[in-house]
Amino acid sequence: MKKSYKIDVDCANCAQKMEDAANRTAGVKNAVVNFMMLKMNVEFEEGADPKQVMPEVLKNCRKVESDCEIFGI
Amino acid sequence: MNKKQKKLLYRIIAAAVLIVAINVVFNFVEAPILIKAITFLVPYLIIGHDIIKKAFKGIKNRQPFDESFLMAVATVGAYAIAFIEQSGDFNEAVAVLLFFQVGELFESYAVGKSRRNITELMDIRPDYANIEIDGELEQVDPDEVEVGSVIIVQPGEKVPIDGVVIEGNSVLNTAALTGESLPRTIHEGDEIISGSINMEGVLKIRTSKEFGDSTVSKILELVENASSRKSKSEAFIAKFSRIYTPAVCFSALALAVLPPIVSLVMGINPAFGDWIYRALTFLVISCPCALVISIPLSFFAGLGGASHEGILIKGSNYLEALSKAKYVVFDKTGTLTKGDFEVSGVHHNSMSEAELIDLAAHAESASSHPISKSIQKAYGKEIDRSRVSEIKEISGHGLTAKVDGKLIAAGNEKLMKLLGVKHEPCHKVGTIVHMAGDGVYAGHIVISDTLKENSAEAIKSLKKAGIKKTVMLTGDANAVAEAVAKEVGVDEVYSELLPADKVSKVEELLEKKSEKEKLVFVGDGINDAPVLTRADIGIAMGAMGSDAAIEAADVVLMDDDPKKISKAINISRKCLRIVYENIWFAIGIKLICLVLGAFGIANMWMAIFADVGVMVIAVLNAIRALFVKKL
Repeated sequence: MKKSYKIDVDCANCAQKMEDAANRTAGVKNAVVNFMMLKMNVEFEEGADPKQVMPEVLKNCRKVESDCEIFGI
Repeated sequence: MNKKQKKLLYRIIAAAVLIVAINVVFNFVEAPILIKAITFLVPYLIIGHDIIKKAFKGIKNRQPFDESFLMAVATVGAYAIAFIEQSGDFNEAVAVLLFFQVGELFESYAVGKSRRNITELMDIRPDYANIEIDGELEQVDPDEVEVGSVIIVQPGEKVPIDGVVIEGNSVLNTAALTGESLPRTIHEGDEIISGSINMEGVLKIRTSKEFGDSTVSKILELVENASSRKSKSEAFIAKFSRIYTPAVCFSALALAVLPPIVSLVMGINPAFGDWIYRALTFLVISCPCALVISIPLSFFAGLGGASHEGILIKGSNYLEALSKAKYVVFDKTGTLTKGDFEVSGVHHNSMSEAELIDLAAHAESASSHPISKSIQKAYGKEIDRSRVSEIKEISGHGLTAKVDGKLIAAGNEKLMKLLGVKHEPCHKVGTIVHMAGDGVYAGHIVISDTLKENSAEAIKSLKKAGIKKTVMLTGDANAVAEAVAKEVGVDEVYSELLPADKVSKVEELLEKKSEKEKLVFVGDGINDAPVLTRADIGIAMGAMGSDAAIEAADVVLMDDDPKKISKAINISRKCLRIVYENIWFAIGIKLICLVLGAFGIANMWMAIFADVGVMVIAVLNAIRALFVKKL
């Protein structure tokens, strides 16, 4: 399953770090952060529930970039 | 500027003013170093408190290469050295943070601004649809309009959903969709594409699709996701930045520790302060910001500029591939030729041309075959059905009919033979319609697919853009293909191909070329989807409304002007040139500063310039990719 989320982050490097952090999260098959559109496209693994995975993704992202935001989780 | 940016701006101004004031005061008043250190702490904290805070968070989260952390270490270190060595030069530490913040502000402002600019270029999203309820117009969310509903579009409004005009005539501005500035007239019964702007009359439209399936949604989806498909250059930068920062940090550590130890062993003054200062300078240069921001920004600007010209590129990766295009393969019909048939000549006629066409048009009046349509189009007047009777279609031959009491036969050579009419063969390329009146040969009409006005020029401009070979594939007869190929000037032509043959032909060409040279296939999206997918880059032209083409192609030309192909290639080249400029420039300057810093030639001032200055220049350079009008 694929979903797209609106995000807020200040710099391109931070967006890159968010992408890495999201990809490290369990349940995420592939995540792409588009800094220019401020969007995160997440492809979930089979059977993973976005409602459970996304808060984890946000938590991991916050670790690398404390003032980032993912909307509509 | 948003709130965050404004706040940062005020902090920068306040800190800058304070620094100047403090320097002026200490110029006249002698003060002990401790007092100086404490005074300078005020602007330092004003400008850097958030960086220090983030640095602590970074430590807590075990993110040692967080740029805030590195900046904090560098400036606190510089501050400490100034204190220990009694130089009293606290300006450096504060200024480094100040410039760093100026860079951050510039970055977020420039990116925000271009983000807005580029999305504005593609401002085709309709906000509402008008629906008539009890004689009054009501604005509703386009998403809620069901297929088959009637919507009303007033002058100046965007057409929100694809459909058919059921009432009203108007002129449409399709510039945002096709890049074509000429307005398009539209009448009752015409299909209408969402995203165009109604300029004159009120239109009543019966929707034929849901909003989500309408052209405008498809385009928006395509454009918005384009920069998510990352190019090789972007992947390289992401990898590079992951290695660069740790590498510089470890070299900084080595620089701080190794030379003093070696000096100690050799019995020379270890000069700890010097080496630590040089190491701190390294930390300032350790952020790969300029690269990480300017490369995606260049691609984003390139994609945005292209879409404004009616060239939709589905991803940065395709933009990159397009810049390496060396072979362009065309499908003939609908690409180099208009794909609709036109009467191009009347020969051996025993009556006047107009008379012959008049008779032919009436004889063929009941047929909806493209050939008949083109004759009716050439006739150009209203068909008077009462003049025609006894229409007999002879499958595979043509037809006979009584027009004005005269027995007219119109068809191919076989028909003439069947009727025993002596006819003149035609030496022109195209479909020939022979005519006979009451058993006497009356001449023939040549109907051919006409070339687009720009086709020859398009091939020329491709050559100019450095394309090695242009190839034309067609299912048409050899003679037709050769004639078209000669006229437009393509290098190679393969004719009488079935759709499957086109795929194998393209595969053949793909095998012959080297990996670095990319092959482009251009088609009109009608039954060439497999070829579009197979080629390195598939370009579909005039594809508005054809979902299959938009799906299969990597690049979609919204109008059907073949000159846009070379334009797309030129845009991609410009964009990639800028990308490489930025990569070399940013990495180059940073490496130079690292070397100079290691030898103690570059100080922290230069280091912060290398960081912020390079970023500003690279971002400004990246924005250039947006300007593609003259390419």
